[in-house]
Amino acid sequence: MTAAGLALAVLLLAGCGGPAALAAAGPQAGRIAGLWAVVFWIAVIVETAVVAFMLYAVARSRRPGHDPAGARPEAGREHRAVVAITVAVGLTAATVLGLLVASIGTDRALASLTRSAPLTVEVTGQQWWWDIEYDDPVPSQRVRTANELHLPVGEPVLLTLRSRDVIHSVWVPQLHGKQDLIPGRTTSLWIQADRPGTFTGQCAEFCGYQHAHMRLLVVAESRATFDAWRAQQRQPATEPTDPLGQRGRAVFLAGPCVLCHAIGGTRAGARVGPDLTHLAGRATIAGGTLPNTPGHLAGWILDPQRIKPGAHMPAMSLPAHDLQALLAYLAALR
Amino acid sequence: MSTLALRQERRDEGVVEPAQLARAWDTPPGLLGALASANHKQIATRYIVTAFVFFALAGMLALLMRLQLATPEAHVLGPDLYNQVFTVHGSTMMFLFAVPVMQAMALYLVPLMVGTRNVAFPRLNAFGYWTYLIGGLLLWGSFLLNVGPDAGWFSYVPLAGPAYAPGKRADVWAQVITFTELAALVGAIEVVVTAVKMRAPGMSLERVPLLVWAMLVTAVMVVFAMPAVMVGSTMLAMDRLVDTHFFNPAEGGDVLLWQHLFWFFGHPEVYIIFIPATGFVSSIVSTFARRPIVGYPAMVLSLIATGFLGFSLWVHHMFATGLPRIGASFFSAASLLIAIPSGVQIFCWLATLRTGRVVVRAPLLFVCAFIAIFVVGGLTGVMVALVPLDLQVHDTFFVVAHLHYVLIGGAVFPLLGALHFWLPKMTGRMPSERLGRWAVAVLFVGFNLTFFPMHQLGLAGMPRRVYTYLPETGWGRLNFLATVGAGLLAVGVLLFLANVAWTLRHGAPAGDDPWGGDTLEWSTPSPPPSYNFAALPVVHDRHPLWSVAPPGAVVGLGRREVLITEAIDATPDHRHALDGPSLWPFLTAIAVGIGVIVAIFTPWGVTLGAVLVTITLTGWFWPHRPAVEPGR
Amino acid sequence: MSAKVLDVSALPPRAFGARSALWWGVLGLVAIEGTALAMVVGAALYLRQGGDGWPPPGTPLPRLTAATINVLLLVASSALMWMVALDARRRRRVPVAVGLVLMTVVGLASIVLRGFELAALGCRWDAGAYASTVWLLLGMHATHLIGATVENGLLAAVIIGPVDPKHYVDAHSNGLYWYFVAGADVVLYLLVFVWPRWA
Repeated sequence: MTAAGLALAVLLLAGCGGPAALAAAGPQAGRIAGLWAVVFWIAVIVETAVVAFMLYAVARSRRPGHDPAGARPEAGREHRAVVAITVAVGLTAATVLGLLVASIGTDRALASLTRSAPLTVEVTGQQWWWDIEYDDPVPSQRVRTANELHLPVGEPVLLTLRSRDVIHSVWVPQLHGKQDLIPGRTTSLWIQADRPGTFTGQCAEFCGYQHAHMRLLVVAESRATFDAWRAQQRQPATEPTDPLGQRGRAVFLAGPCVLCHAIGGTRAGARVGPDLTHLAGRATIAGGTLPNTPGHLAGWILDPQRIKPGAHMPAMSLPAHDLQALLAYLAALR
Repeated sequence: MSTLALRQERRDEGVVEPAQLARAWDTPPGLLGALASANHKQIATRYIVTAFVFFALAGMLALLMRLQLATPEAHVLGPDLYNQVFTVHGSTMMFLFAVPVMQAMALYLVPLMVGTRNVAFPRLNAFGYWTYLIGGLLLWGSFLLNVGPDAGWFSYVPLAGPAYAPGKRADVWAQVITFTELAALVGAIEVVVTAVKMRAPGMSLERVPLLVWAMLVTAVMVVFAMPAVMVGSTMLAMDRLVDTHFFNPAEGGDVLLWQHLFWFFGHPEVYIIFIPATGFVSSIVSTFARRPIVGYPAMVLSLIATGFLGFSLWVHHMFATGLPRIGASFFSAASLLIAIPSGVQIFCWLATLRTGRVVVRAPLLFVCAFIAIFVVGGLTGVMVALVPLDLQVHDTFFVVAHLHYVLIGGAVFPLLGALHFWLPKMTGRMPSERLGRWAVAVLFVGFNLTFFPMHQLGLAGMPRRVYTYLPETGWGRLNFLATVGAGLLAVGVLLFLANVAWTLRHGAPAGDDPWGGDTLEWSTPSPPPSYNFAALPVVHDRHPLWSVAPPGAVVGLGRREVLITEAIDATPDHRHALDGPSLWPFLTAIAVGIGVIVAIFTPWGVTLGAVLVTITLTGWFWPHRPAVEPGR
Repeated sequence: MSAKVLDVSALPPRAFGARSALWWGVLGLVAIEGTALAMVVGAALYLRQGGDGWPPPGTPLPRLTAATINVLLLVASSALMWMVALDARRRRRVPVAVGLVLMTVVGLASIVLRGFELAALGCRWDAGAYASTVWLLLGMHATHLIGATVENGLLAAVIIGPVDPKHYVDAHSNGLYWYFVAGADVVLYLLVFVWPRWA
């Protein structure tokens, strides 16, 4: 009834594929998973050995007999015990030293993933969403989006990390370990995806009410697809051509939405909340926690507090036809 | 009576009669007597009972959290309440249970084990308890009034700062720290001075029981660790109350300063909780293996090394904050190094079991559970000491698993074993061996079922301090399993408490030394009288009750006197009269309480508190009688 | 009673200095409060290296007069405290009482000077992190100073009034705390008032 048995049971229960941190999709996570494998097996061996010896020592102990308590065993046994302890301590020290070396080696490997003139993305955390802005020497070519990070496969990407309010932490376990976003400082994280796919991440530093609902989607795609995506993102918002969409735009611009949200090409330029210019192209809304469908979007717009209590987005009462128009407008913002 | 005449009387009497000792040391009856008690066993018992009440309360909060997390998107607790629940759970367990209960065991056992009548400053000890109680009432009172702290037991800024934590919740947290750390520091002073200056003649440093060594190292750690969190919480309170800018980056402050201050305290804190447990384990293993612990010098050096090294690790809580790599490597190395002295202790215990003549009783089973669980925690500790691994599992349920393996495995299991072990001494009755074994078994299974899956959950991407999670994460199954385990764990706790209750009502009379222990507490009646020993003992070796020659006896002490001995070789130095019961420590704690609680709302609370405390301290120290030689 | 017996009746009923439990208690208090001050000093050094000047631009250097008088006063008073401690050892009631009264007066003067020191900082505590830190350093030390002065005054009153032989031990151990207060002020003086002028 040892932890090892439980481990087996749990692994079986958890199903195949392995947990995200060990199902690496990039070199950083891969290196870390390699270090994990070494430490994990050392841990299994040590725990098994210790527990086995303990059970053996207790079960196979000599009977108390009539010796008074405190009677020492003969000097030979005592000496052997001390030698055994010394050997065990020596093994412990050697193992620990070996792990330190392995760890420093892994650390260096992690730090070696860089390139000159990388794709640089500024990720700014705030309660409770990720403000993402693709860097560009030409200001008008910068791309701003939210909660969804697109990357070209096979290239190191530099994330520069800031926070507008409290400490957050960006963590996409299949790609890399985490890095904190700290107000008053800039930190950075180099990541790379080695295969296309969508990888989820989540804020990993307690940041208030909706820390649990601050998710990040990383979409890794081929260079060509990524370039096309970014070119699309650089465009201003799609002009609505149908009356419903135009009415929806009017509802947006006349309402309180413009106090927080920006839509490129319109006079809505506030940066308090996520940029909505290409909202319809994103897979999720509400900090990566709801699928981006009209139904969910409607529920979110009308009463964010029911989905994310404490979120900074206020509830809105909209007559049904205004809501439909707004949804139609937003659905066209690819 | 003149000094000379008294001395004459003492020489004629030799040893003071137990009835006279009882008159001199018993706590006065009634409520006022109870409030005035300066008896270390009574105060320690209060600490233990109060700490377990908090343990049960915090445990119920844990069950609530597990209910909320058992299924995705559950609605048992909303985010606001959940944040308060996990904050109060952590704060209660760390500040109101773990440290106080370990100190309480020290306050109970150390005077007995070193062969004296009380702690060095009996009234200060009483003050410590009342201060602790007020701090606990502040935390729970606030929580029940929906003003409970909600920024985590570690209260990171800026989330807990003036900009993002409106209201008084974070201020409550900061002042709960004040109370609990004050009590901890008071307890530490008691343990240090008692263990250093009040040991029985002949108890030189190399004859000091390992438990006393453990408590001494812990107490020294408390002295150097607690001030960091007191300073940090003061800075936080000032940022919130009077607009200072310690943590405000916009005005030259630094957000990470908080983390450095907090973890400089926070890391030693966990060793402050763990090291006393190693003391329990040494006592229990030695008694039930019926032999001294193998490698006493190595054990003592390991304790001291752990105490020192514990202060060099704190930055390993900050590996994800963007530190320079060289700095991170240093703290990683130190965090690995501390595995060695811990390993030494475990190997010595195992060798003791192997070379001893083991009698299996419930306390030893608790120790076996401790070894099995704590080693897992230590190994995951080695994992998180490695920076690359920590970057993946930091702030995830993997760490929740790790910390519970080391704290429940490494501290609670030994504590429960210790309580089973010393319950006969404290109450005079034997606990039920069967209930004890059932408790160990259920606790062991329940614990592992609760926390082992959390390793997997952390690796699977589940962060800490989340009030819920999406169904598509797939975390539901393991969370459900953990919740079932938590229920079982709770049953185990109930079994243990049932055993305590059963013992008090139906336990067989224990006698002085039911287990055949080797240390001095087993030479007193069970429970010990208020004065501990009719005659203070004189020892000749490390295991006074196992040696062929019984301990000697000190004569010539006045009724209220103890013996102060030299720090290193415990040769008698002078006699010293200890203070007796007084209401002033209680009143001083009230004064501190008023000042600190008012300080939640206005800085003038500090002034008010200072004035009130000056008044009560004057009362405390003002001599009540004309000059008379102590000993009446 | 077959066990051996150790007769300690010939031992004195109290002792001074490191022989006494009280002295160790005061030492513990010094360790605690010294560590707390060290934490704030550490915070000051930490914040300084992250900022743009210490004091930052726009904040004046603290003026020296009151602080210099105060640190000299405290250091000199340690000598007086030393003499009080010696007299306490010899149980000389009048010199100890007079000495403690003088120490109380010195303490009050030092507290007043501390007020002037705070004014000499030239900034309010809410002006920024530098201001908050130097205010906390001086303010925290002020609480130690006030506590020590109150203690000196209380002891003086007790020695003048219903004195018990054990109060001489109190008076003697009390000196240890005063040396800490004075020594800490030297460190603070150098850190807050002198060093910004050099660095």
